Amino acid sequence: MAEISVTDDQEVDQSRRRFLTAATVATGVVGTGFAITPFIKSWQPSERARALGAPVEVDLTKVEPGQMVIVSWRKQAIYIVHRTPAMVAALPKNDSNLKDPTSADSDQPAYAKNEMRSIKPDYLVLIGICTHLGCLPKQHFERGDAALGADWPGGFFCPCHGSRFDLAGRVMSGSPASKNLRVPPYEFQGDTLVIGVDPQQKGVA
Amino acid sequence: MANAAEGPAAKGGFRVWLNKRLPVDEFVQNQLVGYYAPKNFNVWYFFGSLALVVFVIQIVTGIFLTMNYKPGALTAFDSVEYIMREVEWGWLIRYMHSTGASMFFIVVYLHMYRALMYGSYKAPRELLWLIGMFTYLALMAEAFFGYVLPWGNMSFWGAQVIVNLFGTIPGIGPGLVEWIRGDYGIADATLNRFFALHVIALPLALALLIVLHLVALRQNGSNNPDGVEIKSKLGANGKPLDGIPFHPYYTLKDLVGIGVFLIGFAIVVFFVPTFGGLFLEKPNFEPANALSTPEHIAPVWYFTPYYAILRAVPDQRLGALLMGLAVLAFLFLPWLDRSPVKSTRYRGWIWKLALAVFTVSFLALMYLGLMPAEGLYVTLARIFTTAYFAFFVLMPFYTRIDPVKAVPERVTYHA
Repeated sequence: MAEISVTDDQEVDQSRRRFLTAATVATGVVGTGFAITPFIKSWQPSERARALGAPVEVDLTKVEPGQMVIVSWRKQAIYIVHRTPAMVAALPKNDSNLKDPTSADSDQPAYAKNEMRSIKPDYLVLIGICTHLGCLPKQHFERGDAALGADWPGGFFCPCHGSRFDLAGRVMSGSPASKNLRVPPYEFQGDTLVIGVDPQQKGVA
Repeated sequence: MANAAEGPAAKGGFRVWLNKRLPVDEFVQNQLVGYYAPKNFNVWYFFGSLALVVFVIQIVTGIFLTMNYKPGALTAFDSVEYIMREVEWGWLIRYMHSTGASMFFIVVYLHMYRALMYGSYKAPRELLWLIGMFTYLALMAEAFFGYVLPWGNMSFWGAQVIVNLFGTIPGIGPGLVEWIRGDYGIADATLNRFFALHVIALPLALALLIVLHLVALRQNGSNNPDGVEIKSKLGANGKPLDGIPFHPYYTLKDLVGIGVFLIGFAIVVFFVPTFGGLFLEKPNFEPANALSTPEHIAPVWYFTPYYAILRAVPDQRLGALLMGLAVLAFLFLPWLDRSPVKSTRYRGWIWKLALAVFTVSFLALMYLGLMPAEGLYVTLARIFTTAYFAFFVLMPFYTRIDPVKAVPERVTYHA
């Protein structure tokens, strides 16, 4: 065999070897990072899914007081409730029985972080997805609803795991959910409700 | 035994030609004939080979289902109904696949319980146990993705609940959930990627993990009901005195086990394919509907112990965390168990009591996860969740003070 060993006549520069090894590994890690980025990004909602997630418009003149309509925005059920004055007036009475009456720990735009959880007290706009594990709470607006007991103040009841919410989507004590129902970004354009747009920014959320 | 390396060489011809190029005989000799397994295996030792059989059944039936299944929110449900009603023998292939999923978990749970009883996870088999656990985790993911594919209403809401669990992770949760779904809700994109993971990514991972599991098994050989290392007592031929060649002894024994298993498998496939809603849930016979939640959401039976733990905890984030820990706790068994003895046969009453409590807790949680989360069910789930975790958390203490018996030198064997 030919003599190809370098150790015979010269010392191996270990620090140079370590540096080259570290530099090669670092380059490899960065390169791997770049290479996997497209694959990870490909799991984000596609352009088409984003386009289909555009704002949704609802004509409020067709929603009677006390009525709820459900529309779909970004594959999520959006609950729009036209609250009666009586419903609005009764809301503060629930506070003592709520986990988060001021919505301090819940998710909503700043303009819905109030007792009514809405821009206009008359209209409640919620993402109809239980904050527990994502089922659809059902509407039980009657006070003292037969199925839910005499002290039921009216609101939403999730059939999956029994979470209860009042008519502002605030979660009641004793529910497995720990946050109030979420409020989507929305604004009013005259009698039209636009879901998916913040009033301040005038941009798509 | 005739020397297999010499035997074929004497015959000459194709076999010699083949073995010069591909070491077939050498492989059989090293891995099957020359591989000695303890002679005192009992019925619990069937489930490893049965798991392999179910894996093959799932791969074969899965390939044929893929030929008619159409992933996609608009096509998936109809294509499954098409397979069930119009494809010749499609119903049989699909029922074999759906029954196979439940059978896989029955067999794997019994296989894991065997390891728990006989201390098979203890040194020097910690890695064997870990690789097995990773196989179990991959199997759970595989089963979940497969469950979503028929795109029934239970598929949809099951996916909704499971994917939302990742939303409880602080900070990155909501973004992570959107990334997993690829849309703002469970949608076509979600179904398609779950399909890709179910038919390609996870089966490949499972196959690789199974090979690693078998390689790790051969490094130290099987444990046995006595927890005695048979390699510590070698005969004149250098083979364990208490061992017998895996082939033909255990290959033939396993064949009998496979026969019995397939009888049970066929009974389920032909007479009770839905198994009263346990193997195939009733709400899944209606198409996915994003605007209608089934009255009662429960996962398939093999996930219900963990689901019961999730629901038992009043705090959402802590519930998701404990659910994850309940699965991952098994990974730490080799290091939690400080007993000098492997097999339950030679352990004391404290371990036997702990194992009994754990067994009852796991089965009780499995039942409670199928029931609605109300009243007494929640209270019971909390009690059994506590017992479940106590088994793991207290293990380093009670295994140390457990009054163990003397372990025999050789395995006990009654011919």
